[in-house]
Amino acid sequence: MTDQFVAPAIDYIGLLPLIIVLVGALAGVMVEGFAGRRTRYAVQLPLSVATLVVAFVALVVLGPRNQGLTAADTLALDGPALVLQGLLLLLSLLGLLVMAERLGAQQPDAFTQAGAATPGSPEESYAVRHGATMTEVFPLALLSVAGMMLFVSANDLLLLFIALEVLSLPLYVLTGLARRRRLLSQEAALKYFLLGSFSSAFFLFGAVLLYGYAGSMRFGDIAAAVSANVGMDGLLVPGILLVAVGLLFKVGAVPFHMWTPDVYQGAPTPVTGFMAACTKVAAFGAMLRVLYVAVEGARLEWQPVIAAVAALTMVVGAVLAIVQTDVKRILAYSSIAHAGFVLVGLISLDQAGVSSTMFYLAAYGFMTIPAFAIVFLVRSAGTEATQVGQWAGLGRRSPWVAVAFTFLMLAFTGIPLTSGFTGKFAVFSAAISQGWAWLAVIGVLASAVTAYIYFKLVVVMWLGDDATGDTAVVTPSLLTTFAIVAGVAVTLALGVMPSPLLDLAQSTATFLR
Amino acid sequence: MNFPWLTTLLVLPLVGALVVALLPRASTAVRPVALGFSLATLAVGLGALTQYRTGSSEQFQLTEVHSWIPQFGVSYALGVDGISLTMILLGLVLVPVCILAAWNDVPVDGRRQHVYFSLMLTLLAAMVGVFAAIDVFLFYVFFEAMLIPVYFLIGMFGGARRWKAATTFLLYSLVGGLIMLVAVIGVYLAGPRGTDGFLVTNLTGLDLSVSAGRWLFLGFFIAFAIKAPMWPVHTWLPLAAEQARPTTSVLLIGVLDKVGTYGMIRFCLALFPEASQWATPVILALALISMVVGALLAIGQNDMLRLISYTSVSHFGFIVMGIFAFTTVGGSGATLYMINHGFTTAGLFLVAGMLIARHGSRDIRDYGGWQRVTPLIAGVLLFSAMSGLALPGLNSFVSEFMVVVGVYQRYTWLGVLAATGVVLAALYMLLMYQRIATGPRPVMADVPDMTGREKLVVAPILAAFLLLGFFPKPVLDVLEPAVQQSLQHVGATDPAPAVDTATAEGSGR
Repeated sequence: MTDQFVAPAIDYIGLLPLIIVLVGALAGVMVEGFAGRRTRYAVQLPLSVATLVVAFVALVVLGPRNQGLTAADTLALDGPALVLQGLLLLLSLLGLLVMAERLGAQQPDAFTQAGAATPGSPEESYAVRHGATMTEVFPLALLSVAGMMLFVSANDLLLLFIALEVLSLPLYVLTGLARRRRLLSQEAALKYFLLGSFSSAFFLFGAVLLYGYAGSMRFGDIAAAVSANVGMDGLLVPGILLVAVGLLFKVGAVPFHMWTPDVYQGAPTPVTGFMAACTKVAAFGAMLRVLYVAVEGARLEWQPVIAAVAALTMVVGAVLAIVQTDVKRILAYSSIAHAGFVLVGLISLDQAGVSSTMFYLAAYGFMTIPAFAIVFLVRSAGTEATQVGQWAGLGRRSPWVAVAFTFLMLAFTGIPLTSGFTGKFAVFSAAISQGWAWLAVIGVLASAVTAYIYFKLVVVMWLGDDATGDTAVVTPSLLTTFAIVAGVAVTLALGVMPSPLLDLAQSTATFLR
Repeated sequence: MNFPWLTTLLVLPLVGALVVALLPRASTAVRPVALGFSLATLAVGLGALTQYRTGSSEQFQLTEVHSWIPQFGVSYALGVDGISLTMILLGLVLVPVCILAAWNDVPVDGRRQHVYFSLMLTLLAAMVGVFAAIDVFLFYVFFEAMLIPVYFLIGMFGGARRWKAATTFLLYSLVGGLIMLVAVIGVYLAGPRGTDGFLVTNLTGLDLSVSAGRWLFLGFFIAFAIKAPMWPVHTWLPLAAEQARPTTSVLLIGVLDKVGTYGMIRFCLALFPEASQWATPVILALALISMVVGALLAIGQNDMLRLISYTSVSHFGFIVMGIFAFTTVGGSGATLYMINHGFTTAGLFLVAGMLIARHGSRDIRDYGGWQRVTPLIAGVLLFSAMSGLALPGLNSFVSEFMVVVGVYQRYTWLGVLAATGVVLAALYMLLMYQRIATGPRPVMADVPDMTGREKLVVAPILAAFLLLGFFPKPVLDVLEPAVQQSLQHVGATDPAPAVDTATAEGSGR
């Protein structure tokens, strides 16, 4: 027998951070099964925080020394993978802290008490009566993080697909768990699930076409086939574009953005922040690897398409943000516009493209989580006050929160001395250096448009002298406070002293092939 | 040389802003502390002036260069030449004046006063930074960052439509700034790159292709034209000036808007000489239109703050014309005009502020006969108006005359047209004074004339009018080398020598 099965070597040490997160998630599932209702939260929170922290430590300590392709070349543990995994761990830690906010039991928290029950049913009121808390969110979030970490290091289309599903399925569930406006939340979850399934199908179909073209799912083999084969573009180009559809859907790029506003609005706000920051990191990480490693040789075929998508994404995101009246929807459309900015950096296809994309993702992640955390805290009559008008006079009543949110809006706009500016500068200069100046021009004009809506929020907060409104900021626990302060601090630090992170991003910007 | 003068100028007001912001609620120390910090900064600025050598062959003096973001080629690089040093000093003088003038703008209640003066000091730091930066990226950082304090000064403390005015101001400036961002990146990529590739000195004299140079020039110029502001992108200014506190307007129009004309000299001319020459006809036409349209609109205004802002549009037309005449006289006149206009605008706005504080109206029609009510205020108004219309012996005359002469040297017909601007200036200034101050004594309760504090506010401004009017030489000595340097970058030589020899021969005969 010639084709005897040889077990592939797997670098378990290098994969340890991923394994830790998975083990933590499974332990969380066990806790759900065995711990009593009252003790669950007290166990879950330290368990998941510890999981993420230990995984991050393991990544920092072991990661750099265990780089390489592993598991029969289906996994790449290289610079970009490590940086993005580290970023994912840090961002999900902040996101998790916000999700763990229970507001000192003064006010209802973000999550429903009976996710599986029909809204308004006896089962739901039973759960409410008995004071259930939705602690399942912790293992769900950890599972999703594990999927994301796998997503950014997958070097094989099939593994990429598995990671995509692992990261997506928990998110669908998390989306449907909002306590208030249950139906909206469930509608969002269903919409996300259906559209996500469609995009997964597109992705799979593209993967199949690429397999037909290259005879392998490995990125390395596809790259070799792209440079060797001539004339099978009928398989290659649709394959690339269909795979790209799956990934562009995840980042919320136009025209695959339709789900974003509804899902961002319907999901529990802490989950929205987590999703906005981490999913973008993961999806752009995967897109970087697919486009830079697997099909870089066919760039002439796909670059114009991605450029058009980037331009559309920036314009549509910016313009539609203007007409929104709901803070969460504004932030959703803003996230679409930001996805466009990242695409501008990504398209340059050189080292600067990788490093600027990674930098932008870090900058965006650390400003998005605190922004949504603040939205979560602004409340009126026990529910989140997400209408823009309800924010009037917030500057008077809660100056510190208003200052923090104003600063975050400056960062979203891209005012210098915030991370937003550094990020925009990085992606635009990467694009211009490769001759994409027209994209950069569209980008700056789109950011001028988005500035209008960000500053409208600022105006609303500081304009109202209205001390009568019942909208107030709930005093959060240390968890959320830490997440907001850390996010704002990183946003400032990356604006004033971006060198260390830029250095890291530039020195790790090489993919292993 | 070793003492970081410029960094001190930058940090001291920021520390002041922080200290002011952190004072306890309803503290009465806010204003004295803010004034103290602004005066201390002025003192450091004068110290820096003593270190400045007018005869130096270096383009920039008092330089401090440190690597900041080497990955982008960005340095923290400060330095001044004659133009930027005088602009910084103008700001340093006007900020304490404005703090004193704004003494009673915001009541001692809660933290609003803290915020107000803290923002003013932050603005001072941004002013120093934007004029002292000799790294294009750093300049851009200050150029954008200074929008934020102004935005909040207008938005939080202005009139009824303050937020609309603030947003309009911000969006106009952001659009210009973001277009400039693309050009900033472009000029870096066209330069030597490397870890200090954004230094102005490394980007001067690049061998750019014609089309690249012109595109980049446009990217910078649009931002500066909006800032300056030139017709047709001046429309944000009247609204901002009308809604902002007069002291905010002084700092915004008197100092910050000079970034526009300063940027034209520092960046447009120095980095893109070919494109500057190419664009000159259009720019001169726009400058002429600004001058005339600004003056005509000023004549038609009833709102005194809008009126003053339109006179500024007109004056900025003069300044731009002087810059793009490419003659030493015109350039020196234009840069001197930048200083003079700062003081003139300050005089006009602050007096208008005093009137508004007493009568509660910006509408000129509500006034009349006030020289009988408040003779001192009316007198200072007249003084400032005379400065605005360039009466010989007062500051603006010297600069306006130099600009007209400089323009005339190169474009005779344009010099003649520019002179009509002087006539229009007399019209709007005198009409304003006439409508406010002359006429029968209005029937109204007694209002106090200038208080001691207000006298202290106008004293330095009046002194500057006279000093710069009678003896502008020291300032011109500082400005001229820098102007000649910028003309060298453009490769323009004065047409004057030919004329000189002709007249010399003529007199010899």
